[in-house]
Amino acid sequence: MKILVAVKRVVDHNVRIRVRPDGTGVETAGVRMSMNPFCKHAVEAAVQLAEAGKADEIVVVSIGPKNTNDVILTALAMGAHRGILVEAEQTLETLTIAQLLAKIVDEEQPDLILLGKQAVDDDSNHVGQMLAALTNRPQATFASEIKLDGTTLEVTREVDYGRETLSLPLPAVVTADLRLNTPRNAALPMVMKARSKPLAVRAAADLGVDLTPRLIVENISPPPERVAGRSVASVAEFAAAVAAEVNEMEAL
Amino acid sequence: MSVLLLAEHDNGKLSPATARLVAAASQLGPVDLLVVAEAPAAIAEAASTLSHVRKVLVAQGQSTAEALALTLESCAQRYQSVSANASSVGKDVIPRLAAKLDIQPVTDIVAIAAPNRFTRPIYAGNALETVTDPQPLHLLTFRASAFRPVAAGGSAPVETLENSVTSLARLLAAHRNQSDVPDLSTAQIVIGGGVSVGSAEGFQLIEKLGKTLGAAVGATRAAVDAGYAPNDWQIGQTGKIIAPDLYIAIGISGALQHLAGIQGAKKILAINTDAESPLMKLADVALVGDLFEVVPQLIAELEKLGVSRPTG
Ligand SMILES: Cc1cc2nc3c(=O)[nH]c(=O)nc-3n(C[C@H](O)[C@H](O)[C@H](O)COP(=O)(O)OP(=O)(O)OC[C@H]3O[C@@H](n4cnc5c(N)ncnc54)[C@H](O)[C@@H]3O)c2cc1C
Repeated sequence: MKILVAVKRVVDHNVRIRVRPDGTGVETAGVRMSMNPFCKHAVEAAVQLAEAGKADEIVVVSIGPKNTNDVILTALAMGAHRGILVEAEQTLETLTIAQLLAKIVDEEQPDLILLGKQAVDDDSNHVGQMLAALTNRPQATFASEIKLDGTTLEVTREVDYGRETLSLPLPAVVTADLRLNTPRNAALPMVMKARSKPLAVRAAADLGVDLTPRLIVENISPPPERVAGRSVASVAEFAAAVAAEVNEMEAL
Repeated sequence: MSVLLLAEHDNGKLSPATARLVAAASQLGPVDLLVVAEAPAAIAEAASTLSHVRKVLVAQGQSTAEALALTLESCAQRYQSVSANASSVGKDVIPRLAAKLDIQPVTDIVAIAAPNRFTRPIYAGNALETVTDPQPLHLLTFRASAFRPVAAGGSAPVETLENSVTSLARLLAAHRNQSDVPDLSTAQIVIGGGVSVGSAEGFQLIEKLGKTLGAAVGATRAAVDAGYAPNDWQIGQTGKIIAPDLYIAIGISGALQHLAGIQGAKKILAINTDAESPLMKLADVALVGDLFEVVPQLIAELEKLGVSRPTG
C-alpha cells in the first residue's frame, strides 16, 4: 500500500506573530518556521502504518517556495521514503493547493492520503476535504484513531458532540487531529539519512492548475486589544465580581 | 442574494447555534434552512419557528460529509450562497462542496462587512483577515458564537426534498458524552478548567461551580489530553470557539492556542496560583490562589450572595 502525506511549512506554533502595520500581512521575515503540527501527526500515522507492515511506501509532498525543503526533510527523517516539492513562490489559496495535490494524486495513485486537519497559519481546515472531493474519495476528518483492516479503514474522529467512528473503503483521505499519536523526533542519524532520500522538485506552474487567487485580501489587522483588569485579594471579592457580572447579564 | 443555510442539530434537536447562523446569513439575503437528518421532522418543525427564515427544506439522509455535500450540491444552483456553521459538520462539508463546485470558500466568518465582504481570524486569532469574495457563489461558514441569535416567532413553510444520495463512508458508532450542562459554544457563562484541576474528580468541582452559575464547562487541551475532561469540552484554536458574556478560567495558563478560543468572551475572570501567567495578566478580574481552596469557598460565597442561575 502506498500512502501520500501532504505537509505544510508554517510559522512555528510557538511564535507570537506580528501583524505588519500596513495591513498587508503577518511578519514572516526572520521568523522561525517549522512543519505544521497537525501535519506531523499525519506523517507519524503513516510511519506507524509502515512499521506495522501495512504500508510499503510513504511519499511526502509539500507546496511552497524552495526552502519548503526543510519540512520535507523532517518528514523523510521521521521515516517517509521520498519527497516531492511543488515549488511556488506566491501565496496559494487552499483550493489551488488541493488542485495541485490532486495532480500529484493522479500521478502517484496512493491508496491512502493523510494530511493535518488544519494549518496553524491560515487556520483554514479545507485541504483534506477539498482533495477528497477532487479525487472522489471518502473522507474522515479530525481523526484521533485509525485502524486499517485490509482495504477498510476504521477512523474515530473528534466531533462537536464527542467522537464518532466511520468505516471507509480505500482509497480514502484522512486528516489528523492532535490526539492521533505522538510524533517522533527524528534522531540525528535519520536526519543525515534523510538527505540521501529522493526528493523531486516540480514547478507548480507546470502542473496545469490556474494559480490565480479567487478572493481579494483587503486587509490583515491585529485583533482588538484587551485592557488589563484588576487583581482582587480575597475569594469574597472575587465572588462579588462574579455576582456583579451575573446581575448585569440578567438585567439585559 | 438568497442563502441556503445548513441547519445545525444534534441528537434529534435543533442546536441553539442555528438561530445565530440565521442571524449571520440573513445579513446576505433571504435564508432557506436545510435540515438533513435520519429523522428530520422534529428538527424541521423547530427550525420553522425561527424568524428571518423564508423556507425550511427537509431531506432525510446520512450525515457523512459526502452525503451532506451531495445534498447541498443538488440545491446549490438556486442560491448565491451556501453556508453552514463553522462546527465539525460545517468544516467537514463546506470545503468538500466548494472543491466540487470549483469555488474558494470563506470559513470561520466572525464579521460581515457586506454581502461579499467577510472577516475571519487567522493565526489562532492573532490576526484578522478581511476578504472580498467576487465569485458568483459564496460558500461560507460562520462562527455561531460571533452572532446574536434571531428570535423565535417565525412560521416558515416546510418543504420536503427527494434525497437519495449515498456515501462510501459509513457511520459505525457515535460516542456522545452525556451531560446536562448548557451548550459550550453558545453558553452565556463558561467555566474552564486546566490541567491543574488534576483529575476527572477534580472536574466535578468545576462542574459544581458550573451548576451554581448555570454555566457550561470547558477545558484546556492539556486537561483533555490528560483524560480529565472529554474532548468535546476543549476550548481553543483546535477546540471550540466560545464567546460567553462571562468566562471563568480556573488553573489555566493562557497559551495562545487557548486564548484563540476565548477572544470573544466579554469578561474574563481568572484564578491561578501564578499571578504572572498570561491569562491572569489579561483577565478583567484575577485572583491568586489554589483552585482546590478557592473553588469550594467561591461556591459557598456565591450561595451566600444568593447567586443561582437555572441551567439552560
Ligand atoms: C497545534 C496545537 C494546538 C493546540 N490547541 C489547543 C486548544 O485548542 N486549546 C487549548 O487549551 N490548548 C491547545 N493547545 C495546547 C496549549 O498550547 C497549552 O499547552 C494548553 O492550553 C495548556 O493548558 P493548561 O493551561 O491547562 O496547562 P498549563 O499550561 O500547564 O498551565 C497550568 C496552569 O495551572 C496553574 N496552576 C497549577 N496548579 C494550580 C492550582 N492548584 N490552582 C490554581 N492554578 C494552578 C499554573 O500556574 C499554570 O498557569 C494546542 C497546542 C498545539 C501545539
